[in-house]
Amino acid sequence: MALLQIAEPDAPTAAPPKHRLAVGIDLGTTHSLVATVKNGIAVCLTDEQGRALMPSVVHYRSDNGIDVGFDAQNARVTDPRNTIVSVKRFMGRGTKDVPHIEAMPYVFEETPGMLRLRTVQGSKSPVEISADLLRALHTRAEAHFGSELTDAVITVPAYFDDAQRQATRDAARLAGLNVLRLLNEPTAAAVAYGLDNAAEGVYAVFDLGGGTFDLSILKLTHGVFEVLATNGDTALGGDDFDHRLYCWALDNAHISPPSDEDARRLQMAVRAAKELLTLSEEAPLRLRLASGEEIDLPLNRADFFDMTRPLVQKTLAPVKRTLRDAGLAPADIKGVVMVGGASRMPHVQRAVAEFFGQEPLTNLDPDKVVALGAAIQANVLAGNRQTDEQWLLLDVIPLSLGLETMGGLSEKIIPRNTTLPVARAQEFTTFKDGQTAMSFHVVQGERELVSDCRSLARFELRGIPPMAAGAARVRVTFQVDADGLLSVSAREANTGKETGIHVKPSYGLTDNEIADMLRAGIESANADLAARALREQQVEAERLLEAYAQALATDGDLLNGHERAAIDALVTRLRQAAAQQDPSAIADSIAALSRATEDFAARRMNRSVRAALAGHNIDELQHLQP
Amino acid sequence: MTVDLSLNYFALFGLPCQFNIDETALDCAWHALQAEVHPDRHAHQPDDVRRAAMQQATRVNEAYATLKKPLARAQYLLELAGGIDAQRLNANTVASEYLFEQLEWREAVEETRRANDADGLEQLALRLQIQTDAILTQLAEQLGPRRDFNAAADTTQRLMFLDKLRRQIDDALAAIDT
Repeated sequence: MALLQIAEPDAPTAAPPKHRLAVGIDLGTTHSLVATVKNGIAVCLTDEQGRALMPSVVHYRSDNGIDVGFDAQNARVTDPRNTIVSVKRFMGRGTKDVPHIEAMPYVFEETPGMLRLRTVQGSKSPVEISADLLRALHTRAEAHFGSELTDAVITVPAYFDDAQRQATRDAARLAGLNVLRLLNEPTAAAVAYGLDNAAEGVYAVFDLGGGTFDLSILKLTHGVFEVLATNGDTALGGDDFDHRLYCWALDNAHISPPSDEDARRLQMAVRAAKELLTLSEEAPLRLRLASGEEIDLPLNRADFFDMTRPLVQKTLAPVKRTLRDAGLAPADIKGVVMVGGASRMPHVQRAVAEFFGQEPLTNLDPDKVVALGAAIQANVLAGNRQTDEQWLLLDVIPLSLGLETMGGLSEKIIPRNTTLPVARAQEFTTFKDGQTAMSFHVVQGERELVSDCRSLARFELRGIPPMAAGAARVRVTFQVDADGLLSVSAREANTGKETGIHVKPSYGLTDNEIADMLRAGIESANADLAARALREQQVEAERLLEAYAQALATDGDLLNGHERAAIDALVTRLRQAAAQQDPSAIADSIAALSRATEDFAARRMNRSVRAALAGHNIDELQHLQP
Repeated sequence: MTVDLSLNYFALFGLPCQFNIDETALDCAWHALQAEVHPDRHAHQPDDVRRAAMQQATRVNEAYATLKKPLARAQYLLELAGGIDAQRLNANTVASEYLFEQLEWREAVEETRRANDADGLEQLALRLQIQTDAILTQLAEQLGPRRDFNAAADTTQRLMFLDKLRRQIDDALAAIDT
């Protein structure tokens, strides 16, 4: 008997989905931006003075106040130790990983995992400092919309490893943002550029930011943005050009170890000089030190180009590696899109032009294009577009994932430039009778020795059923999601027993640490914890009910009468719970409903796969042959 | 999950089950499937849908990666043909008639690498490509009209060796760049 769909008066109806607010955030080394799509057009949101760029600066004041952005700029000179710039360079990093750390005015703490900074407001993790930047942008967006906002796409350098990505996502969570996606910066730029110019073919995105460098090669075909290969250097950017100039100035002005304050003055002066040299031939370096001593050094373009030539050369190695990985020659590239403030430097542009044998594309704002691309993608991910006007981003994992084997060698499990999401399973066995535990070490990087790669996590499998040596077969699955984040699961193959995994991240924070920080943050902001939890659960419940109603409207026929009745009972239970004030009751009902609909979801996914296949049967595909 | 996960990779993309494939058709079918199952298409959906999407998208990518590269495709066909477990093929063991040839290759790469000779490595990569192409033609015969899977397994093993060599050359070139 076919089931008729009769809508009950209070049954979920498939109302057109509401427009959801979502933003794209470019969390940059020197500047950060927030953008959104308004009336179909991506725009950067500005502050009260109409400025889109927010300096990525946080000042922790001795009176417990926090200034962010332009408000924190002056404190860079007056209170350098508590005024953090370029915090992105510390994300997921230890003190040994950060170049020129000795020239920085901060007090570092080497803690297991990520470094920390000692400020007048106590010890701060780079995650917390980044969260302060994100919170400022979050507030700016809410002021614009006049309502609450949670959903965001946050951009990261394509060459960020798992630890750096995890740290970025943690920062967003701390700032109260729901991360729809971590999007690679060059991919975001390609979306903005590609959609704007209806581009088709193979493009390179050359993204030289304040602290990071990425080179991605993408193939654009009929609305599909496929990353063929990516490479880069997460410790190379405009900051390094500044540092070179800074060292030159120290030598030539005969200043030996400057005070923190003078160091900051000089750093700001050299940055201004560098930016001026993009426009003019000369930019003499003039500043007054705290002692009253005046510095006046002549500086022209040629000098600056000479002293920073090795840095420009350094960008070309990743370019060559990306091309080799993609199996392409420079002449195969249709256009080179320039992104990031540091890509404005004339000698960088010249080097790119010479290498690719063509003038790079500089017709978009290199500071804003990443945020705009992120906003466009956020709008799609929030479900604000019809399916037929969507495009598809197929991105890759930038660095190989490996496991430590005998002799401290890394055995690659997932090679770099594999399209995401990806999973690989590997089987392991015990080497002793009755062995019930095994330990693993996951690393990321291209080098053969584990000590040359980045340690991501050590984990232990426990609860393996005791058997003779070599009899247990433990299947470990490494899953990397579309954000480039790794998760690990394990199962004993003979018994099917899920083994307990205890992961100790080498870098990054544990879930408990995040929970503690969230609690501390909320308490200090004097927010009402319970009200917030309730609101969050209610929003989640509403979301789930809406999604289920839509699923029923299109694929209700995939459920039989019993299944439908069971799920409907849970829908009613959730709707009742959502009307009450108990967040944990709502959470329970949400969990119950989504468990019950898991199989339904899988069936719907299968149906859409079949539908996609039906649209491309073999005959039709053969017509496509060139 | 049921239906689609039991399909072999060729059927998943609606392609005939054979070594020579139409790469454009494969790319188109891959894009069409990912347009349905990619997690980005389900980002605003509840957890259960997102989990299902990630599993399906992962499976589709695995299938695509297997068919896209000739070596992986050959290994997969051998597996489908019955019982020749690709895992057991080993790049380091080889029929004795090719032993000498492989020894020569290995020495040439090792010497050029030690000399930091980028041009020499590029030359070797080119020669390697020519030999790889010849082997692929042979493999298409063995896996296709002749259906000689034992011979195909030997040829695949030679291909694995060349593939490994290719990666060594690439790594050596990358090391010189840096």
